Amino acid sequence: MYHSTKTTRTTMKNEITIGRTAVTPYMLFLLVLVLIPLGLVVYYSFTDTEGGFTFAHFLQFMQGGEALNTFLYSFFIALVTTAICLLLGYPAAYFLSIRVANNPPEKRLAEVMIILYIVPMWINCLLRTLATVELFNILSIPLGEGALLFGLCYDYLPFMIYPIYTDLLKMDMSLLEASADLGANRWQSFWKVVVPLSKRGIYSGIVMVFLPTLSTFAISELLTHNKITLFGSLIQRCFGEGGILMWNYGAALSMIMFVVVFLLEHFSHDEE
Amino acid sequence: MKQTQSIIEVEHVSKQFEDGKFALQDVSLSVQKGEFVTILGPSGCGKTTLLRCIAGFQNPTTGSILLSGKELTDTPPNKRPVNTVFQKYALFPHLNVYNNVAFGLKLKSIDADQIEKRVKRALKTVGMTDYESRDVNSLSGGQQQRVAIARAIVNQPEVLLLDEPLAALDLKMRKDMQLELKEMHKKLGITFIYVTHDQEEALTLSDRVVVMNEGQIQQIGTPTDIYNEPQNCFVADFIGESNILGGKMICDRLVRFCDKEFECIDEGFGEDTPVDIVIRPEDIYIWETRNNAGQVASIEEQQQDYDLDDRIPKGNFTKWYGTVQSCIFKGVHYEMIVLTPDGYEFMVQDYHEFKAGTNVGMLVRPEDIQIMHKQHHKYNYFEGEITKNGMVRFIGAEWEVSEDQLAQFNAGDIVQVLVPFREIDLQDHEEEGVLSGEVHFILYKGNHYHLTIRTNDGIDLIVNTTDVWDNGDRVGIKIPKECIILQKLPEQQ
Repeated sequence: MYHSTKTTRTTMKNEITIGRTAVTPYMLFLLVLVLIPLGLVVYYSFTDTEGGFTFAHFLQFMQGGEALNTFLYSFFIALVTTAICLLLGYPAAYFLSIRVANNPPEKRLAEVMIILYIVPMWINCLLRTLATVELFNILSIPLGEGALLFGLCYDYLPFMIYPIYTDLLKMDMSLLEASADLGANRWQSFWKVVVPLSKRGIYSGIVMVFLPTLSTFAISELLTHNKITLFGSLIQRCFGEGGILMWNYGAALSMIMFVVVFLLEHFSHDEE
Repeated sequence: MKQTQSIIEVEHVSKQFEDGKFALQDVSLSVQKGEFVTILGPSGCGKTTLLRCIAGFQNPTTGSILLSGKELTDTPPNKRPVNTVFQKYALFPHLNVYNNVAFGLKLKSIDADQIEKRVKRALKTVGMTDYESRDVNSLSGGQQQRVAIARAIVNQPEVLLLDEPLAALDLKMRKDMQLELKEMHKKLGITFIYVTHDQEEALTLSDRVVVMNEGQIQQIGTPTDIYNEPQNCFVADFIGESNILGGKMICDRLVRFCDKEFECIDEGFGEDTPVDIVIRPEDIYIWETRNNAGQVASIEEQQQDYDLDDRIPKGNFTKWYGTVQSCIFKGVHYEMIVLTPDGYEFMVQDYHEFKAGTNVGMLVRPEDIQIMHKQHHKYNYFEGEITKNGMVRFIGAEWEVSEDQLAQFNAGDIVQVLVPFREIDLQDHEEEGVLSGEVHFILYKGNHYHLTIRTNDGIDLIVNTTDVWDNGDRVGIKIPKECIILQKLPEQQ
């Protein structure tokens, strides 16, 4: 008895050691590529070109002008994209999941359909955007805000559908029967049972669409022929050919974006 | 007269699924107002489908369901004045106890105070008064069950449907809840339709029991009727323990089984009619004989032992003898398996212990012999077709037949095929048979097993065998060619 306990302990100890060794590369990765750069961003955002401490970049942003307007516009575009994705994605996810759960013979069909929805995620979004641009050119539709919204929705729709779909799939179908049994019609069942039970999926869908669209830059440039600048592009320009002088300001804008994203993420978790 | 009293009327309801299988076949049932009716049967017998048809979650393929004389068949579930307690409770996980119970009331335009009053009363009825604001996921199975019941009764339905509501609870809790449910039924005066596979639960709770098997109602009756006078082997075997034997009704009030003639109280079966006999193990009187029963003691000696034991009723009863094979203590009584010299086994329950190896005499009172019409006689009947290569095609396979059977028919003829129960050969390995199937139902008939084998196409074959099989065993089916009998199809009328 004693002996066996001892062996178990040794094995456990070994496993912990192995575990530690195994995560070391990732820890290094985290340090070099996440923590140090983040530190640098914070450092740059609070310093001027000579390296002195300053709030100037943030004040400049707050005073209005191009940067603030671009930020608000990006926020608006992300909001509209998220809303469209939710409106298109929820019904799709709803019918696919309910169909799978209720009709085992049609399960395969629904599985194929969900894969078709998700297939675009397998292809790099830059390639897809270039293809969208071509599509607009072939159809002679001018690029601009409409094309931008179309492209963003096309790129991010799967990220809305999938979490809602998996959430609804977990739902016990007898709950719908219970709700009907208690007198609810389909519409009441939907609002009082289905929607509350897929809240988690809706939140993660929103986060997965809203946050990346807020910081997107390449898509907006390609789909609008550089006519519309989003916040992501603005930051990118600070580090682009414009020159080294803008790094501190760019870092400050990145910090602002980081804080906004952090807060949104934080609130959405609170809601859950 | 009957119309005014019955609340639910199920009329010739059949339900066929997309794959062609029937879940319900011509089921008719009438439930009286205020009654506690239990639908009892093994899993897959169609009992839940029947309940779901009444609730409105499934539509019958044919037939109709009436509530208080009004057609209900096409009414959606949310418009039916019935409520369901689901097997797995189906409580809304995003709502607390109070809001779960109030769900139905909030959908109707009822004032908030009224809702609160009714929810509190319902929670009080199920003994969950202090749990209003609790998260339903934090409750135990039994507590969730109570909330589910409260959620249904708060709507004051005309009929409460309960789908195996206690199946997920442990034994002790189940017993307590059974009593509480019976109390609730008395207090509320609502009609209860209760589905279960637990025969004891059905007998304990119900005013009437509906026994179902294979989508058909086998028997409807009070718990005592069902237990004491089962109408067929299925009911006898499913409800309680029983000895089921094949026999023959010689004339009114006289039946022959185990190579002996017994007086009984049944009449109207006709003369020399094959029947099935049920004897409950607790109805057999048993006493010890000092002589070796296997080597038949003299009648005088046996009579002497019988006369000496004053627990045993005296009279002109037919007695039979055997040796105890095993004896198990069951708490209140002992359960003995007794083997007769002719190879019949009997299960006997008695308050006294008779150890294995004891030679015993047995008797049963005429009124405790339950006689049932035989459902099947000796043969499986199928329709078959003679193939070009001199075989017969039936139940989804081609079979060899003896020359002289084949002689009367031509290729392409449709014939009736008779396969004797006793001659079907079951193989351990599926691939050794012409056809494979699964052991679907087992009935022990004293000295042999009466099996129902279901083929992959869902066709049932009856097989009599002395080999021991388990439910669900996969078997290969062989039929010796000389045993297949071919006949002309009976004339269509």
